Amino acid sequence: MATSMRAKLAMPVSERDHVQGPETAPVTLVEYGDFQCPYCAAAHVIVKKVREIMEDQLRFVFRHFPLTQIHPLAEPAAEASEAAGAQGQFWEMHGLLYENQPRLTPPHLLLFAEELRLDTKRFARELEDGIYRGRVREDFLSGVKSGVNGTPTFFINSVRYDGSWDLAPLIEALDSAQQS
Amino acid sequence: MSTADKREQNDGQQSELPKSALPAGRPAPEFTLPSTPDQKLSLKEFRGSPVILAFYPADWSPVCGDQTSLYNEVLPEFRRYGAYLLGISVDGAWCHAAYREHRNLHFSLLADFEPKGEVARKYGVYRKGEGVSERALFVIDPEGVIVWSYVSPIAVNPGADGILNALENLSAKKVAHGN
Repeated sequence: MATSMRAKLAMPVSERDHVQGPETAPVTLVEYGDFQCPYCAAAHVIVKKVREIMEDQLRFVFRHFPLTQIHPLAEPAAEASEAAGAQGQFWEMHGLLYENQPRLTPPHLLLFAEELRLDTKRFARELEDGIYRGRVREDFLSGVKSGVNGTPTFFINSVRYDGSWDLAPLIEALDSAQQS
Repeated sequence: MSTADKREQNDGQQSELPKSALPAGRPAPEFTLPSTPDQKLSLKEFRGSPVILAFYPADWSPVCGDQTSLYNEVLPEFRRYGAYLLGISVDGAWCHAAYREHRNLHFSLLADFEPKGEVARKYGVYRKGEGVSERALFVIDPEGVIVWSYVSPIAVNPGADGILNALENLSAKKVAHGN
């Protein structure tokens, strides 16, 4: 039957994804997240710690899942991270967005672009033209088809992880995935 | 198996009603329910289009919130298949109106309020002890037959992947028949 028990990642990790950590890592953690979601901001801190602890044993992938009807600033923020990514700074922008969650309005996005010394003209134009909207929607739909049911939703080696994402249980789940 | 199958059976009064969620292949029971304080909506009005019925326990509860927000977001995909989404709970029409406005929902919420839970009972997804419906999904084809049903554990948002799969299968069947 559909959903719940063991939902699986419908779109495998590929070159299109934003990835941290080596491709050869035994465990891959995929997160579907929304930059305006407070739980995602909390999870961002946890994932950072997990990456420090697991080092090259972990590959981390972030995909967009903006709930635009309840988080109106999530979509422009997601597109801003893609625009920064086009200039080689996706993860830097990703960090800035989560660490400054109460400040995600369009002028703030431009300030972040300046802080990262991006080509701000190009950045602003790309946001205005919405050229990353399709990419963000593609992430979102891949999440829907994979059984993402809220944010953040994690997949460990392609299987949806329904447990707690506090540091200890998450590390434990990743460790056991590594051993199996 | 679904939660509905395991839970306690209905009482004798309701013995003519299904004891668990209606499965694929059964005709979808007809109903007419308030969609706003002064408007009513019948299932048969949607004949010719697929319909998604999403029963949920209550407006405002946190998991439902995630579920309705998610469906709100996926709505354009449902519409790509020509499908209409109807949310149903035992809350009254005024409660639905406030909830819809608060969550900026773009689909109808039907009030299964009087007689309470009657439609949920017809579909075999009423929880008598709590007086609310299960968190249950039904996809109904353009001819009014259930093609997929699913009951989620009450605290778990069922997501939208099952619905999309069912709609995809429906449209594949339609193409095959057309050939």
